Amino acid sequence: MLLTVFVLAIFVGVEIITKIPPTLHTPLMSGSNAISGITLIGALLTLEQGATTTAKVLGVLAIAFATMNVVGGFLVTHRMLSMFRKRK
Amino acid sequence: MNPAWTDLAYLVAAVLFILGLKGLTHPRTAVRGNLYGALGMLVAVIVTLIGPEFGWGLIIAGLAVGTIAGLVLAIKIEMTAMPELVALFNGFGGIASTLVAGAFLAGSDGPSDVDTPTLAATALSGLIGTVTFSGSLIAFGKLRELKALKNIRFPGQQALNAVLAILCVGLAVWMTFDAANSILAYWLMVPLALVLGVFLVVSIGGADMPVVIALLNSYSGLAAAMTGFVLGNNVLITAGSLVGASGLILTQIMCKAMNRSLAAVLFGTLQSTGSSDSADDIYANVKSTSADEVAMLLEDAQRVVIVPGYGMAVAQAQHAVRDLATRLTALGCEIEFGIHPVAGRMPGHMNVLLAEADIPYELLKEMDDINPTMDQADVAIVLGANDTVNPVARTDPQSAIAGMPIIDVDKARTVVVIKRSLSPGFAGIPNPLFAADNALMLFGDGKAAIVDITKALEDS
Repeated sequence: MLLTVFVLAIFVGVEIITKIPPTLHTPLMSGSNAISGITLIGALLTLEQGATTTAKVLGVLAIAFATMNVVGGFLVTHRMLSMFRKRK
Repeated sequence: MNPAWTDLAYLVAAVLFILGLKGLTHPRTAVRGNLYGALGMLVAVIVTLIGPEFGWGLIIAGLAVGTIAGLVLAIKIEMTAMPELVALFNGFGGIASTLVAGAFLAGSDGPSDVDTPTLAATALSGLIGTVTFSGSLIAFGKLRELKALKNIRFPGQQALNAVLAILCVGLAVWMTFDAANSILAYWLMVPLALVLGVFLVVSIGGADMPVVIALLNSYSGLAAAMTGFVLGNNVLITAGSLVGASGLILTQIMCKAMNRSLAAVLFGTLQSTGSSDSADDIYANVKSTSADEVAMLLEDAQRVVIVPGYGMAVAQAQHAVRDLATRLTALGCEIEFGIHPVAGRMPGHMNVLLAEADIPYELLKEMDDINPTMDQADVAIVLGANDTVNPVARTDPQSAIAGMPIIDVDKARTVVVIKRSLSPGFAGIPNPLFAADNALMLFGDGKAAIVDITKALEDS
């Protein structure tokens, strides 16, 4: 089941991104990079009650890194895109 | 919360990610797309935090540190340094996946309870995440032009990489099939994967960085997807594989733009081939020019094409370029920008910089659109671009960049090359364009040169 989701999602990804104008290469990369910070969800789950100390230490580090990826990634993408939008 | 509701909310998040990426592929919907992505993330985080009992203190601490650091980095960064920042964030996503996989192993009731497919996913999550992390840090360093990281190559490098890769995979297989020792195998693999990531990227030349960054982007998505397999979580798998796919497509686009195979990029086969003509011979007839002379040329020009490269980024010359373009337009000159797909250090780098300087994107022409009309340009101004305008790519099949599509500035009536010196670009090969009959060299800092030209135009 999980494997099905994986393969289907890859197909969806390929389908929606095949024709992208060069103007948007950088924002797409930085935006998709922010989405890869989804691993934050995994990081949060490691701190469910009952986690061992090692798991807690690793988990909290993972949360910090993933959050940086997410928050920074979306914000930087927004900064870039707002430059594209300004004129027109 | 009821697991069914949680799953439903994760599904909503996944749909938002898909809409987000789809939005990012069109200029008009891009801002909304990015917001959808961020909203999807918010939904996923909130849903995850509802229900189970957590160690809240640690979660809040982690979120706070990450948020503050992310905000500071994203707000403070100069647009010219965007490639470095994206590389860095990529790496953070990768290491997070490694840490989550490690935490999973440490936190389970005993690794022997974990089934084989999950262990395999844990191994992959750690391996890909770690390679992404150290590779991205090296890419970051290279983009920062750290001298220590320049062109590190040594004999046997490929063999060393192969050995490291085999060891990593071996440890991954071991931990997959020997649950009892999986923690040990995992933490033996991680440092090796760190080293592997370093060596994989350190030998890749700067000109190939757009490809590397796109590829690492893809890896960070795959690592997240693998973490999804570890935790049996659909939203991680969906989002991760979307990113993996998008990164892969960008990688492919970049490779095509350079007429190079992915393998050639990864194994660093772009080397100067010790061309038979020495740089001194090629550059025997270089004509240098002055800002005043260029201004005179531009005054009479009907159509001017500006071709920017990384030099423009380094000199932060995009605003000066905008002023020059405005001035020329006011003089009745038609002005366009020819953008090579791999100009700069990241896909689309030039577009971002020119947009930052408020240059309308209708003026930005892709290589395939500008080339057929290049012979109708009175003046082509090459600003800090090098390999992407080197006619050797067309003329010399032996050259390291043979067959790479270039912007045909040499076909313009006059080419003005603004550059600090005659030094070669990242490909390390001399550029005969600089000595062509119709070429003039304007030596100096990109920004200062453009400002001088604009000033000369205004004075006349």
